[in-house]
Amino acid sequence: MSAIELDPTVVGPVPATRRWRGVPGLRGTGVAGHLSALVLAIAGVVAVFGQWLAPHDPDLTNLSYAFVGPIEGHPLGFDSQGRDLLSRILAGARSSLLGPTAVVTLAMIVGTFLAVATAWKGGRFDRWVSAGLDVLFAFPAIVLAIIVSVIVEPSLMSATIALSIAYTPYIARVLRSAALRERARDYIAALEVQGLRAWIICVRHLGRNLLPLIVAQGAVLFGYAMVDLAAISFLGLGVRPPQADWGVMVSTGQSGVLQGYPLESLSAGVCIIAVVIAVNILGERLTERANSVTR
Amino acid sequence: MADEPLLDVVALRKEFGAHVAVDDVSFQIAEGGSLAIVGESGSGKTTIAKMITGLLAPTSGTIRACGHDRSRPAKGAAERRRRGGEVQIVFQDPYSSLDPRQSGAAAIDEVLALHRGGSADERRDRVAELGALVGLDDRQLHALPRALSGGQRQRVAIARALAAEPRLLILDESVAALDVSIQAQVLNLLADVRAETGISYLLISHDLAVVRQITDDVIVMRNGQVVERGATREVLDAPQHEYTQLLRASVPAPGWTPTRRA
Repeated sequence: MSAIELDPTVVGPVPATRRWRGVPGLRGTGVAGHLSALVLAIAGVVAVFGQWLAPHDPDLTNLSYAFVGPIEGHPLGFDSQGRDLLSRILAGARSSLLGPTAVVTLAMIVGTFLAVATAWKGGRFDRWVSAGLDVLFAFPAIVLAIIVSVIVEPSLMSATIALSIAYTPYIARVLRSAALRERARDYIAALEVQGLRAWIICVRHLGRNLLPLIVAQGAVLFGYAMVDLAAISFLGLGVRPPQADWGVMVSTGQSGVLQGYPLESLSAGVCIIAVVIAVNILGERLTERANSVTR
Repeated sequence: MADEPLLDVVALRKEFGAHVAVDDVSFQIAEGGSLAIVGESGSGKTTIAKMITGLLAPTSGTIRACGHDRSRPAKGAAERRRRGGEVQIVFQDPYSSLDPRQSGAAAIDEVLALHRGGSADERRDRVAELGALVGLDDRQLHALPRALSGGQRQRVAIARALAAEPRLLILDESVAALDVSIQAQVLNLLADVRAETGISYLLISHDLAVVRQITDDVIVMRNGQVVERGATREVLDAPQHEYTQLLRASVPAPGWTPTRRA
């Protein structure tokens, strides 16, 4: 038998396998990044349309169904008041996601502004603002929530304001040190010598180079905000009980857990955990990708 | 005044706390002239550059450039922009002097939009012109800094400085970080640019060979003070001050044999 000979004109070069490189905008974030984005997209859709997607009225009580487990048409069963759990999960997505989103947006805007302004101005302005932020640092988020809820009626709004105030110094401190490092680089000096306005340098160059860190901080913060808001609602200082909200459901489900019906706390808790993990993974991947541009 | 020097520095002084970094330094650069400041590190050279560009405020003394005083911080955006069109600087480290997220073309375009305005098309043509002047092709101009070598980055930095069409360009150790062959290329480029545009240079360096190649006059600094000044050739060939002689003697030359350390 003769050795098998490959005729190069027939075999040719092995065609490069065309791999699907991912959704535009998510390229380079890997499978985990895509899955996280999918989880967040679903959560977003539910947050917007949840109350119409809900198969039953989330607030309709029927005590004869209290703590009844999953049955036909009610895949998660009922809570202590006999309300359909799946409907409450879907309807509760909005306040559960809106709160952390508002907290992150507010704290990031104020924190980034303070960080860049103190790093740019330096001197006495920096010292006074940093001292003020250190004072705020002393108040835990929950204590601030109690203080704010004394001033205004406890609601999602008051809890959001309290958490935003509590998170701002944290953001400002992390970003300030990064902004100081960036401020000291020669490209900023070169732009100053060119005569570019300070705020344009800050937005177009300093801010842009801080963006990966801002995204990373925002993602971490979103997770904390979600858990803290749930804790504040648990204390009765945020979303008030009859309204469906994942944080509230974790707390009201407690009595069920003790009686052997853990589904309410469990299903709401799983939703919180899924969103928090997805935000963190996606934030981390996006930051990694952004940093690979410069190093 | 028609014969006013392009840059006139009088009795410049800068203190950092108790330390005097620059002590009673005066010098002038005529229109189209080129002056080098040489000295060891810590002699105050870079502090002078920072004061001329307005990155540092002098403790006392005056700086005039292009007929305008710039001893004090600029008042308002218009004055800051005017100063930017008079004096520009190229820094030592090309790895820190470019925005890592901005291509050379975008950086140059930003400067053009600031100083000259004009339509996007006009600016694009000018970016290509400046790129050609410093020897960068289209691909290099549109690459992010991380894709460029040190020499290419320094060319981008030079093109960006030239985009403002300054009458004085400060080169703060601008070729020190480049390896010798690239250094020679950039120095030739700078000599060509000067021949073409009539721009003046203030070169800050510790490298006497570089100083000899592109400057007419030199001042020698030590501990914040000027110890010797004169035409570059004369000062470097026949140094009068002992410190200049020491600097001169520190350069390896033919016939130099390294002494073996015990």
